[in-house]
Order: sequence, then structure tokens, then C-alpha cells
Amino acid sequence: MSEKQFTVIDEAGIHARPASVLVSTANKFESDIFLVYKGKDVNLKSILGIMSLGIGSGEEFSVRAEGADAEKALEELEKTLQNEGLAN
Amino acid sequence: MTLLQGIAASSGIAIAKAYRLVEPDLSFTKTTIEDIDAEKAKFDAAIAQSIQELKEIQKVAKTELGADEAAIFDAHVLVLNDPELINPIKEKISSDQVNAEYALKETTDMFIAMFEGMDNEYMQERAADIRDVTKRVLSHLLGVKVVNPSEISEEVIIIAEDLTPSDTAQLNRKYVKAFATDIGGRTSHSAIMARSLEIPAIVGTQEATEEIQDNDMLIVDGLTGKLHINPTAELIAEYEKELEKYEAQKAEWAKLVDEKSITADGEQVELAANIGTPEDLEGVMNNGGEAVGLYRTEFLYMGRNQLPTEDEQFDAYKKVLEGMDGKPVVVRTLDIGGDKELPYLELPTEMNPFLGFRAIRLCLEETDIFRTQLRALLRASTYGNLKIMFPMIATLDEFRKAKAMLEEEKEKLIAEGEKVSDEIEVGIMVEIPSTAVQADQFAKEVDFFSIGTNDLIQYTMAADRMNERVSYLYQPYNPAILRLVKMVIDASHREGKWTGMCGEMAGDEIAIPLLLGLGLDEFSMSATSILQARAQIRGLKKSDMKELAEKALQMGTAEEVIQAVKEKVNL
Repeated sequence: MSEKQFTVIDEAGIHARPASVLVSTANKFESDIFLVYKGKDVNLKSILGIMSLGIGSGEEFSVRAEGADAEKALEELEKTLQNEGLAN
Repeated sequence: MTLLQGIAASSGIAIAKAYRLVEPDLSFTKTTIEDIDAEKAKFDAAIAQSIQELKEIQKVAKTELGADEAAIFDAHVLVLNDPELINPIKEKISSDQVNAEYALKETTDMFIAMFEGMDNEYMQERAADIRDVTKRVLSHLLGVKVVNPSEISEEVIIIAEDLTPSDTAQLNRKYVKAFATDIGGRTSHSAIMARSLEIPAIVGTQEATEEIQDNDMLIVDGLTGKLHINPTAELIAEYEKELEKYEAQKAEWAKLVDEKSITADGEQVELAANIGTPEDLEGVMNNGGEAVGLYRTEFLYMGRNQLPTEDEQFDAYKKVLEGMDGKPVVVRTLDIGGDKELPYLELPTEMNPFLGFRAIRLCLEETDIFRTQLRALLRASTYGNLKIMFPMIATLDEFRKAKAMLEEEKEKLIAEGEKVSDEIEVGIMVEIPSTAVQADQFAKEVDFFSIGTNDLIQYTMAADRMNERVSYLYQPYNPAILRLVKMVIDASHREGKWTGMCGEMAGDEIAIPLLLGLGLDEFSMSATSILQARAQIRGLKKSDMKELAEKALQMGTAEEVIQAVKEKVNL
């Protein structure tokens, strides 16, 4: 299991377009991947799940991956978050 | 033949057959099923077909509308792949032994309710995406043929109740000549889309889908909002001529996009556009607008159930200022109340809404609403050339109070470490006769005037512009109105200030010669009128128009004025 903490830097929070990219990235991996926000676990392969959290700018969340390619997945997701200017 | 009147949403004329883009019947009943696996397979197939369809739509959308507009379909595909949506539906099919249609609807309704319940407008709008996706899957489950506009292979006029983003994405520009909808206003999605596709459109016809059958012959007049159904051969011939003239004229005007708005004797004026949303900027650019003369901020407040936040407003103002790239942008602060209602403010109904608690009167009372807007404007001021304008000012005291609040918010922001421009001009709308008469005193304190003719005329003539029985009193060319306009312009010039006009009159071909003669500095109108106005102004001599205006001011009636203008400028 791997887990890493992030802070949202996008002014609009996690909105549809970056959420789409994030979910598409997560879908490439076998591992179960979760976004943890305010003590809630949400499936990162679910666009509706991610959007329903309505995470705003400046808020903290972490990403947790469980499975064979967990570490690779986390690495890739971190890159996506940064490339999209979404979180760091 | 029948005639429907709607709201002219995008200008131009189209003559073609009707194509009804009407929702198929997606009703179903809840049934108990025996073969659970078969039902699940049916559901999987419907999802697969929907995804396939979305990908095709997306391909068309990318080439026809651009990557930005097409991106929404990425999200739609992801929704159909979402395990948190798909798995609960399948579980429901097996555990409750219900049909796939019912399981789908129950589950998506839950998500729709959740998104609609969120206190963020952006998230609330996502509910519409889920509805859109649900309909698509449902149509495949029911085997109902969804009308598919990409199959259209001849010139048509689209008739619909309203158009969703996925509908418009599928429209092939080559064949779709225009559209007409039952509902919507000038700022609804379909109206904005029509303007960006540059095809004529009429919205809000109420009964287009009821009155019109497939293949009915139609004329869409996007200039007047008239929709003719099965017109006579004579009328078609008339409109064909009109269309030809319009196209030729448009081509002629288009050459003036980058030209100056300068009279034949070398006097320059500014031609600006009235806008309601940042999306309108594209039209301003395409039509050679030199400024935004009136940004109506009401739309930020309308069609929702709570006030827009400071940040939401900031984003919109910043977008407009950046979009205009340093050209002037006159933003009118909230002009609400009276006939323009905001249900969530729960204002009492009034006997005389036009004479009541509205615009600046409301803002000076509900100061929280006003100060939030002022802060958003001040914060956005560093992104362009911002000018702030207060509506419905009747007394100097009102102006001073409003300006003092603006100064206070500016100081607060600076103390908070925010950057605020030092170059913001602060002006007023002149729409109340008292203000026009006392313009000399106002001119000492304001930076500019913008004459709002629609209201100025109704207040001067004491004629409600919503009341058809007194509509003959709506007289822009009445010498009384012209005299008030002159007082305002002269007063501003004596103090080295400028005067603009942002009512319908500023783009009117009879009024333009008179206004030019009276010395108006800025003419603000709908973007699509700008090129026509520029063409007219370039053909006029200001010295001649000055003479014409002097004479008009001494005339007895509006008819005499109209006659004199027509004779002078060959209209």
C-alpha cells in the first residue's frame, strides 16, 4: 500500500476537466485507488465519486493505492496532478 | 401560413424545411424480471452502444466546435464507465429483480439529487450532464430511435424545445441553416451557441414544436424574431431578396472590422458593444467593437437560487477585462428590482416597479450585496481598462454615497495587500430626467455619463414601455428627448468629461446622425449593429450633422425630426 498527501492549488478546486484526466489515469492501473478527503474514502476510478466531494482550492487530500502496481500508480497520479496544475 | 413571434437570439435570415429535434418518448414501467443475467447483458449492451455513440459525437464536435466544446463528452464517457454508477445499477437489477430501465433511473436520480443539492453552482450544473447521459442509455434500453441530427443531409431549420450541448454538437453546419426553440432567452445555451456558429436563431417561441411538423417550409428572421410557417410564395420571394441583400450588405460591412469609426470630415467616435456575459466577447471581436460600453452584470445574479460570490464575480469581470485586452470596459453595477426579479431576495411586489426599489436604490440599502460586487470589480481592475457605472442615479447624494462605498472597499483591499488599479473611471447612467437636467452639477463629480435611452424616454414621456396602449409615446426622436441628450453631452464636455449612450437608440440609423451632431462620444449597441453603424458614420460629415441636430432641437414633433433626418441622409 502506498499513500501520499496533496494540497489543491487550482483556484476552481477539483472540477470536471482535471477530474476526468485523473480518473482516466487511475483506470490504467490494476490497483484499487482511493482519494481520502475529510476521513472519507472515494474510489478514484469514479468520476461521480470524485466530483461529489466538491474539493475546493487550498484543501488537503491524500491518494492511496493498494495492489501490485500501487507504487507506479501513485507516481503517475502525482505527475498528473502536477501537470494539470491541480495539486502539489 | 402561421406566424410565431420569439426572441431574436442570433441575427440573419434562413429559408428552409423544418427538422424536428424532439425528445423521444422515454417512459417505461417498473417490471419484475425473471432472467437476471439477460437483463444485465441488455444493460451492458446499452452502455456500450451509448459510449460508441458519444465517441462519434465527440469526433464531430471536435472538428465542428473545437476541442473545448468537445471536452464535455470525455466526462460523459467516463460517467458511463464509472464503477460507482454501473455496479449499483447491476446490483439493483439482481437484488430487486427489476428491469434495467428502472434500476438505471433510480440510481442516476440519486446522483442528480446529490449534485443539485450541492451549494456550488458549477456542481449543480453537472446534474444536467448526468441527465443527458441517462437519456442516452435509456433510449438504447428502450430501443427508441433517438433523433440523430448527424444523419441530416439537406438544408434544414432545427426545431426543438431547447437544445442541449450534445444536440448542438451534432449539428452539421453545412446543413443546419438556423434554429428555433420553444424556451430560452438571449443568454441561454442555444442562443449563445447560435451566435458562435453565426447562424440565425429564434428562442422562446413557446409553441414551435407544437405548431411545426417535419418538412414544413419555414422562414427564420433572426433580426426581428419572426418565425413564418408555410409562408406564401410571395413572402418567400420577398425574404429571398431580403436574404440576398443582407448577405451582400454583410460582406460589405465586414470589410470595416479593423477600420476606425471616423466621419467623412475626420471626427472620430467610439463604437462599443453591450454585453451580458463573458461569452458575448467573441461577437464583440468579430464585429470590430472598440470597447464594451455596457456590461450588464444582472446575468450573474439571475437564473440561480443564491447570490454570486465575490470570487465568481471576480472571475467573470477578469475574463471580460482580459478578453478586451486593454480596451475600455464599462461595467454597470447591479440593476435589479422592479421588473427584473431575483426570487431569492424576496422583495415585496410593488405597484409601480419602474418607479420603485431598484438598481442603485436597492444597492445603497442592501449594502452587503453592493460591497461584494464592488470588491470583485476592484480586484479585477488590474486586468484591463475598467470603468464602473452606477445605474438609476437620481440625486448627487446617491452618487456620492455609492462612490464613498467604492473608495472604502478600495482602501480595505489595499490594506489587505490586494492590487487595485488607480485609473478606474467612475460614472453614472443618465436615465432619470432630474439627472439629465442637473447634468452640469453631476459633471463636476463623475468621470463620464452613459445615457440609458430606454428608461430616459419612458420617464420623460411618463409612458410605461411594457404597456402597448401607450407605446406611441416611446419617441426617441422627440425634441424633448434630444434636448435632454444635448444638455448631458454639453455638460460633460464643459468639464472635460465624455458622454456615451447605451440604449437601443445608439445603434439606430435615424438617431445616429442626430447623436453625432449633438457631439456624443461613445455609441454602445448590440455587437451585431456595430459594423452597420460604422459604415453609416463613415459616410456622414459631423459639421453637417451638427446643423441637422440644431434644427431638430427647434422642431415641434418627432415626425418632423424623422422627416428632416431622412431627407438629409437619404434613408
